[in-house]
Amino acid sequence: MTPAAPAGVPVPAPPTHAPPTPGAVALVAAGGSVGVLVRAALAQAVPAAPGGWPWTTWAVNVVGSLLLGVLLGVLQRGPDAGRRRAVRLGVGTGVLGGFTTYSTFAVEVQTLVAGGHVVGVAYALVSVVAGVAAAAAGLVLTGRRTRSAGAPAGAPGTGGRGDA
Amino acid sequence: MIVVLALAGGLGAAARFVVDTAVARRARTSVPVGTAVVNVTACLLLGLLTGWALGRPGRDGLLAVLGTGLLGGYSTFSTASVEAARLLLAGRRSAAVLHALGMLLACVGAAAAGVALTAP
Repeated sequence: MTPAAPAGVPVPAPPTHAPPTPGAVALVAAGGSVGVLVRAALAQAVPAAPGGWPWTTWAVNVVGSLLLGVLLGVLQRGPDAGRRRAVRLGVGTGVLGGFTTYSTFAVEVQTLVAGGHVVGVAYALVSVVAGVAAAAAGLVLTGRRTRSAGAPAGAPGTGGRGDA
Repeated sequence: MIVVLALAGGLGAAARFVVDTAVARRARTSVPVGTAVVNVTACLLLGLLTGWALGRPGRDGLLAVLGTGLLGGYSTFSTASVEAARLLLAGRRSAAVLHALGMLLACVGAAAAGVALTAP
């Protein structure tokens, strides 16, 4: 009886949503601390004017969406395992997830709209549209072309050997 | 203060990861819902906190740690954007619009409900 797995038995691929390991949770927490601190420093340096467009949250959320699109576009060139997975969890889920915020954004929208500031509606829609556009741009610019209908041929090959 | 804020942010991000993974493992939907569950609950909680603080001046430190730190780390805008962008890039335009606008309306509604429940 040897503890080694019998030869020829295929190792199952890790499930897409495996239960989080303590190490993975710690990676996300460490990254989240960094992202939250950067956002808190920016919010303190450039506070939103009452009744005005919350520029800091807006910029944080759009830039964070772009950076997460870029990061995931680069990472999806290879399997989600090992160092790639660690970077995705620590930098993507942790730093960029903690850097951006939906709760502050939603309460800002609520406060503006409840105060009779129509700018709140524009702030809500422009944030979401700009965020999705920025994330899509990041994914398209860095990622391997997904096989979608009408994808332009002759896109620059990335070779699939990104070593970022 | 910075240390407490960082710890709260890390705790929030870890909670998001755990909740998102748990929801994603159970949900059998073609549109990701884990981030939506996280964000709607975060917005409800921040609404409750914001309404509560309206009648209590001088709670800036608590607001920063729980609002900016814990709930800011728990909720995420970037993942929501990427999820909608991926639906869009996969040619699922209506799913992308439903995902983005549905989350926006649900989150702002949850924030408003939270404020209304606790505001003086």
